[in-house]
Amino acid sequence: MNRFAIPLLAFVVVVAFLGVGLTLKPRELPSPLLGKPAPAFELPGLPPAREAFSSAQMRGDVWLLNVWASWCAACRTEHPLLNRLARAGTLRIVGLNYKDDAADADAWLQRFGNPYTHIAFDRHGRVGIEYGVYGVPETYLIDRHGIIRFKHIGPLTPDIMQHRLLPLVETLNGDSA
Amino acid sequence: MTRPALMAPVMLALLVTAAPGPAAAQVEAVNFENARQEDLYRDLIDELRCLVCANQSLSDSNADLAADLRARVYEMVAGGQSREAIIDYMVKRYGEYVLYRPRLSPATAFLWFAPFAVALAGFALIFTMAKRRSRQPPCTAAQSQQARALLEDERHW
Repeated sequence: MNRFAIPLLAFVVVVAFLGVGLTLKPRELPSPLLGKPAPAFELPGLPPAREAFSSAQMRGDVWLLNVWASWCAACRTEHPLLNRLARAGTLRIVGLNYKDDAADADAWLQRFGNPYTHIAFDRHGRVGIEYGVYGVPETYLIDRHGIIRFKHIGPLTPDIMQHRLLPLVETLNGDSA
Repeated sequence: MTRPALMAPVMLALLVTAAPGPAAAQVEAVNFENARQEDLYRDLIDELRCLVCANQSLSDSNADLAADLRARVYEMVAGGQSREAIIDYMVKRYGEYVLYRPRLSPATAFLWFAPFAVALAGFALIFTMAKRRSRQPPCTAAQSQQARALLEDERHW
């Protein structure tokens, strides 16, 4: 046997591993919550005027939970997409305002538009911890039975919207309760 | 092998393991009812990883999320929860990644055993190479004469 065969093979294996490693995004952790019941929570609405929110009131509906904050630059990037989704009326979007200042959050919505049917005010990030939030924005798709079906970390993109989120919403909507 | 040659790797190993870790971040002062809870708290914040930092534990990090998670760990410890329950709580929400020492499972088995497998393969390689070399016959008198002549020759260059 050629004496270079084994080193060459080892080299090819290492290169293959490194090559695959390059395509992975180590910051995007798989969520252990996928396929699990969404943690139930109750929070006050965004001050001063919005009503309190309880996750129980979404039972029987497919809905989107979008974690955002006025201090989050990437949230601004995805916001037009959420606005468009809200206008299309495809599904209800609940905003989880994460570790934010109420006045800042309100001003932000005035300026960029409000796609949310409800806004839960998570001043201290307690509900964020329940959902394993570690980078804002994060978006969760929750089905009629309260199961998390999809999670995206970072800003939503038209591509993710078109090819992953919307098809999934369609399937979940077709799946009667 | 001479004694100093044997000692060198030992000294090196000692040096590496004794090297100080990164300085701990400013961790909030906490008060517990008893020392056992305090120990558990310190142990947990060293064991749990800060998710938004590059390789820091909760106790190392100044990140906002790390502070929130420390507060959560504090509450649970002070509330009398066990180490297993708290670790379980974190893994359920953030995945195995929050643990610096992931638990042994089919998904993490490769992580745990690959280093040993690689070391074993290395030893096997060294062993077979040494064996092959020792099987080579010693050189004849004529060959060593020739070698000596070559060395002599080089010295005159």
